[in-house]
Amino acid sequence: MATTACFIIVSRNDIPIYEAEVGSAVKREDVAHLHQFILHAAQDIVQDLAWTTSAMFLKAIDRFNDLVVSVYVTAGHTRLMLLHDSRNDDGIKSFFQEVHELYIKIILNPLYLPGSRITSSHFDTKVRALARKYL
Amino acid sequence: MIGVGKIKQYSNVLDKPLSKGKQEVSLSAFSFLFSELVQYNQTQVDNIAELERRLEDAGYSVGARVLELLCHREKGNRRETRLLGILSFVHSTVWKVLFGKVADSLEKGTEHEDEYMISEKELLVNRFISIPKDMGTFNCGAFVAGIVRGVLDSAGFPAVVTAHFVPVEGQQRPRTTILIKFAEEVLRREARLG
Repeated sequence: MATTACFIIVSRNDIPIYEAEVGSAVKREDVAHLHQFILHAAQDIVQDLAWTTSAMFLKAIDRFNDLVVSVYVTAGHTRLMLLHDSRNDDGIKSFFQEVHELYIKIILNPLYLPGSRITSSHFDTKVRALARKYL
Repeated sequence: MIGVGKIKQYSNVLDKPLSKGKQEVSLSAFSFLFSELVQYNQTQVDNIAELERRLEDAGYSVGARVLELLCHREKGNRRETRLLGILSFVHSTVWKVLFGKVADSLEKGTEHEDEYMISEKELLVNRFISIPKDMGTFNCGAFVAGIVRGVLDSAGFPAVVTAHFVPVEGQQRPRTTILIKFAEEVLRREARLG
């Protein structure tokens, strides 16, 4: 079943540091822009919601038509945001946890400036593999 | 052949597991490294304030990483949203992992609402350092102050953190106090969260 999914990592300063279209549906140019717009619009909601709970996984916080935005906030307030149309909550939670581990390994690099773009192609490959596995 | 161990070759750090790793690092190795860090910065600056700022910046990047790592390892992915929560996290968990023991005390400032102090009889980083008289109130604990500031800032509690020597009677070396002064918005948000 073809699923649309757009995944971005946004740093504490509201700058996207990683973006990927990870759905199995055919990628269309016009839809990609819409996905990014929806994710950016959901930022305000995330910022308020993040302070109300000490959990990291915030489940579905916003809807647009039939697309749902799920967010996972790390300790350093880096947001992993996923725009998707499926309802697979457990799969999404596992996906977020695995990407969180990858993200920690990236920031442990002393030469990586926290808040800058993640350019590692290996990271990209692994995220896409995880998306295929869990989503 | 029996007895031949198979070594896994990891091609990239992203494939390596995020394990607990070695808990202990040699104190003398760290002291040498830290003294080199201080000496290197000393050659680059003209005054003490600049030297303190550089040590703080070095500590800041450590703090930002330590926060993410420890929340993942020690706290099973629970974030801190309250002031007292993050302070006790710094006071116990961070101190235990970095220095092998919890900090000596955590106090709330009496004069101002937004001040807190973490005290330590002798900071690990200062153990093999003596300050010459002409450097006045300079404290290499600025590195540790930077670590605390990195943790607090990344967690969303911006603060000004400084390290001070506090003379104590009956003790030859003065006690070190890390003074944390939170920004306005932190107190407002704490009041709002009730």
